[in-house]
Amino acid sequence: MTSLAHAATWDSATALLAGTPSVLDPAGDRAETIEQVWWILFAISAVVFAVVAFLVLLAVARRSGRPLRGPEARDPLWARVLVLVGGVAFPAVVLVGLFALTVDTLPAVSAPAEEGELTVEVEGMQWFWDVRYPEEGIVTANEIHIPVGTPVEVRVTTGDVIHSFWVPQLNRKIDLVPGKVNSIVLEADRPGVYRGQCAEFCGVQHANMAFFVIAEPRDEFEAWAGRMARPPGEPADEDAERGRDVFLEYGCGGCHTIEGTEADGELGPDLTHLGDRRTIAAGTIPNTRGWLAGWVLDPQHVKPGNRMPGIDIPGEEFQALLDYLESLE
Amino acid sequence: MSILSPAPSARRTVEKLERVWAEPGGLHELATTVSHKTIGKRYLVTGFAFFLAGGIQALIMRLQLATPRNDVVGPETFDQLFSMHGITMIFLFITPVLSGGFGNYFVPLLIGARDMAFPRLNALSYWIFLLSGIFMYSSFWGLQAPNAGWFNYVPLASEEFNPGPGIDFYLLGLLFLTISTTAGAVNFIVTIFKLRAPGMSINRLPLFCWSILVVSFAIVFAFPALSAANILLWLERTFDWRFFDPTGGGDPLLWQHLFWIFGHPDVYIIFIPAAGIISSVIPVFSQRPIVGYTWVALATVAIGIIGFGVWVHHMFAVGLPQISMAFFAAASLVIAIPSGIQIFAWVATVLGGRPVLTTSMLYALGFVVVFVVGGLTGVMFAVVPFDQQVTDSYFVVAHFHYVLFGGAVFPVFAGLYFWLPKITGRLLSEPIGKVSFWTFFVGFNLAFFPMHVSGLLGMPRRVYTYPTELGWDVYNLLSTIGAFLLALGILLTLANVVRCVRVGPPAGPDPWRGDTLEWATSSPPPEYNYPVIPTVRSPHPNWDEASLAEDRARLERGELTLADGHLTPASTVVEGDLDEVLEMPSESPWPLVLAVSLGVAFGGLLLEFWAMAVIGGIMTTAALVAWHSPGAQEQEEAQA
Repeated sequence: MTSLAHAATWDSATALLAGTPSVLDPAGDRAETIEQVWWILFAISAVVFAVVAFLVLLAVARRSGRPLRGPEARDPLWARVLVLVGGVAFPAVVLVGLFALTVDTLPAVSAPAEEGELTVEVEGMQWFWDVRYPEEGIVTANEIHIPVGTPVEVRVTTGDVIHSFWVPQLNRKIDLVPGKVNSIVLEADRPGVYRGQCAEFCGVQHANMAFFVIAEPRDEFEAWAGRMARPPGEPADEDAERGRDVFLEYGCGGCHTIEGTEADGELGPDLTHLGDRRTIAAGTIPNTRGWLAGWVLDPQHVKPGNRMPGIDIPGEEFQALLDYLESLE
Repeated sequence: MSILSPAPSARRTVEKLERVWAEPGGLHELATTVSHKTIGKRYLVTGFAFFLAGGIQALIMRLQLATPRNDVVGPETFDQLFSMHGITMIFLFITPVLSGGFGNYFVPLLIGARDMAFPRLNALSYWIFLLSGIFMYSSFWGLQAPNAGWFNYVPLASEEFNPGPGIDFYLLGLLFLTISTTAGAVNFIVTIFKLRAPGMSINRLPLFCWSILVVSFAIVFAFPALSAANILLWLERTFDWRFFDPTGGGDPLLWQHLFWIFGHPDVYIIFIPAAGIISSVIPVFSQRPIVGYTWVALATVAIGIIGFGVWVHHMFAVGLPQISMAFFAAASLVIAIPSGIQIFAWVATVLGGRPVLTTSMLYALGFVVVFVVGGLTGVMFAVVPFDQQVTDSYFVVAHFHYVLFGGAVFPVFAGLYFWLPKITGRLLSEPIGKVSFWTFFVGFNLAFFPMHVSGLLGMPRRVYTYPTELGWDVYNLLSTIGAFLLALGILLTLANVVRCVRVGPPAGPDPWRGDTLEWATSSPPPEYNYPVIPTVRSPHPNWDEASLAEDRARLERGELTLADGHLTPASTVVEGDLDEVLEMPSESPWPLVLAVSLGVAFGGLLLEFWAMAVIGGIMTTAALVAWHSPGAQEQEEAQA
């Protein structure tokens, strides 16, 4: 635990994140289809619930008269009709309708993207998301940039256990299953930052395995992609250069990759463009110097049980390391 | 009532039965009894103890989730808490209480039998249940409890990602427990098919017995899938046989299929007997026979069967072909029809009856209201795109608590207020009961309704914490407040039960004017249940004055009193005609010895201390031989 980790509170940690990842606030056609399905289901349910609750209250309200105990049941006609209509006829009609709705909407949320559209490969790991754009040669983590109005195919795999990729405002979820490549299409119809989170229990830090989909106009997306496709230049100043040496000296490269250096580890997120990202530790804390410092010194305090060990680095070297990490734009 | 008949011949019969069925008393009785009523009471008490343990786990989780970034417990503890909460409530509380507790105590009474078909097997079931529960709970020592959820998905539960003993406690503990569940189910099937009082044809079988019959068949077919999954994973973890590892030719989805082929029917294994309680309670307090008896019985059977065809709706997000998902969507929708029949039959019964709002009836009506909510959200999951959106979110947590807590714990409480006077011979307090109900009802809805909202707002399940400013805070706080209110409601009933047992006023044989046979005998019933095997001429024998008079007359004549030994009649499966008279076994130490031997064997497997496992195996074999040796049986018969 460090003073730096205490410098900011959890509240400020989340202030910069995206808004509520609500199923009822869709930002794309697919999520909108599901939202419409929900309102249909809700309306039917509300009616059925109201009818049953009304009948129960009615039954309780009019309770008087001679008991009808006897050896044999004589069901009045209205009672038999109620059971047949309420229990069989009405559900049968509604259920056929719901099956039609299912068959009608299922392809819409599951259909693959057209050939030639943008493809992103996402690999889930305990507990972060490795993000690659194979055509564009981009590698990053926990943030997926997409152009607005373009269907983007996300191919999901796992590097360890089962995870589930879920951005409620853009589409349904899809599981990441060992030995399987699944895919899902994301398409945003308006710019914004949409929060996603792992939805399948994947171990102690399942709760802190978030990511963000950043939908931006095509020109902004292309500018971003251009920036990301280039490896970062040589460190700008002496401090940052010293920082790079510290990074390599302390073995950080055993788990992390930084393009253009000897660091080529694959256990942790790629840091080549760390400065581009809004958060660290998979959406857990903001990517600011103070939080970054606290994270490097004591990652187990922020995200107990995660795979990164804390490293005790003397002050001056540590500041240089932070300079270097911040310079990785 | 019939048993208080003053005729001297009847008194002699009763005295004789008292002698024949007398329990030995003391420690001897504790270890050897095979009485279905004692075993039923043990199931109820043990099951409720686990209910309280699982409830405490839930309250700790709700405290942790009351506010964002809370630190009541850390993630490792939280994962063990939610895993053990699920395991406890599903395996150690609800099925043991419903089938083991109410089933054991009341099925023989409801069908006019003097015990279960295999009383010693019944004792074995209880001892194994108790020991396997202790086995699994011992994992809390050193916080080594299972931590991959009650669904225990691989590869998270594999040796590589979960090397600790927690998962082995889960696998071996459930394998051990399944012996008990399966033995219990077989026992119920034979009991209900063969031990019904003469005249109780299958179309006069009380609906609670119908539900236990259906559930027992479901258990016999569903649990082998769970056991297979557990054995395969245990072999994979212990000997590296890779059934679920794709790098070794296995498939992690195999676990999910096996688990849910068991797991979804298990939802109905939980719900069906609960519905059976409702079908018993509602007609009595509506003061009329249930509407559509045949429909309700057939709906119960239909649910038991269709429940086996819907498991894939737990796997809609794993990336299956659309055609398979459409098939399972259809099956999942169809099951709403038999559930709908039951609900409208209950509603029609109350509507057409003269309802009396006792506490038991309040819990039953509360059940109808909340179960409809859970049933409706259940239908939503059949609509695949919606399922894929909200599965593994808090919406699912809300749904299955409406179905399992609303659909099973409400009925358990309805059953408790209904039947406890029969078990203890004393009445519960109605005022305390009513306060308890309203606290319970409001607390339940406050705890679980907001979870629908937090799920729709994108909150995933099984998270030990969550960030603020995502709009989830207020719903979580409401859930926590509701959970504590619900706990208060449960404590009020617990206090009511303690008061009932200690100072409750006498209940008399039939405090509610019930329609079924259990109300025809004293409260609590004598060891032999009925001094004369009852006559059954309708589905509502206790509302049939002619057949009650006939019972009294037969007791005086000494006809079908079967007082010359441990005897109960057997009848034909469908018609319920008298078939033969069965000699029932009496006390035996071997069920306990066998259960302990199995416990030693499973302990050895857990510790990978193979010598101990082998010794346990030898002890088990020896106990089985001793149990079944003809010499021992002859000796007992000579004693009798």
